Amino acid sequence: MTATSEHADVEHAHDAHASHGHDGEHIPSDVYFIKVAIVLAIVTGLETSTYWWPHSMHAVATPALLIMMTIKFFMIVLIFMHLKFDSKLFSFMFYTGLGLAVFVYLVFLFTFQFFRG
Amino acid sequence: MADIAVHDAHDAHGHDDHGHDAHGGHTTSTGLSNNKLAMWLFLGSECLLFGGLISTYMLYRGRHEGGPGPSQIFDVPLTSVSSFILLMSSLTMVLAVNSAKRKDDRNTNLWLVVTALLGSLFVGGQVYEFTSFYHEGLGFTTSLFGSSFYTLTGFHGVHVTLGVIMLLSLVGIINRDRITGDKAEVVEMIGLYWHFVDVVWVVIFTLVYLIPS
Repeated sequence: MTATSEHADVEHAHDAHASHGHDGEHIPSDVYFIKVAIVLAIVTGLETSTYWWPHSMHAVATPALLIMMTIKFFMIVLIFMHLKFDSKLFSFMFYTGLGLAVFVYLVFLFTFQFFRG
Repeated sequence: MADIAVHDAHDAHGHDDHGHDAHGGHTTSTGLSNNKLAMWLFLGSECLLFGGLISTYMLYRGRHEGGPGPSQIFDVPLTSVSSFILLMSSLTMVLAVNSAKRKDDRNTNLWLVVTALLGSLFVGGQVYEFTSFYHEGLGFTTSLFGSSFYTLTGFHGVHVTLGVIMLLSLVGIINRDRITGDKAEVVEMIGLYWHFVDVVWVVIFTLVYLIPS
């Protein structure tokens, strides 16, 4: 989904007043959210398909899964949870907790030599 | 005066969020909804809770002496279906929030009920999974893998169950017209919790079920 089409969906909703909430808040249209859900479903399908990949491809599967997981994570947080359209203060609250969690538990895993196998 | 404060907040942030509190009856110093701010802070703290549970599982997933291991016990196709169901419940939740913002109570209730049903299906799938794992020899105290797996996925399941209860309670409250403040904001707040539960499952599904141990 390109940034232009994404913008067009939001703008369309704005123009049509179909998804125009109180206070003139920009609310993406239902169609836009359905498109995002389709993309998420496709990525989930791709993730699941790695289960049937041959053993020789496991080295590729792990980074591919981590990338797809990150894409899904941020699509849900930014679009479904409206963080992209909301105040930066909400983003700060969430990303502080997330960043702290990632940092603390990476240190935890390194301490217990998890990455050495 | 209140309007000026709100406009100042808009200018300072340069964003579209307008602090429902400010328009719903009282002004906040940030121009944003304090309830929403608290919810985001809560979700940030939840990252630490699930981070701890996930990293503990990652550390212990290879410790399954005396019991079945992940590769012997996981049913990835079944869990994929559960994941898809939870993912679609995020779509129905966002449709409920959009309907609430349009002040369309009928569709808000409809999408909230569908979301609760999808959430219940997911919990049902998890109960089935736990039961079959138990019958295959993986109890809570069988191994460190079993303990960390049940603790992680059990905590997530409890969160989904609480979400379903909140969704159904919300439908009841909307039907009885008991919401005194901004109805759309209440729906959005439950929605944030629900999406967070989904986003945690996105991480669990990949790290626990899909990445080969």
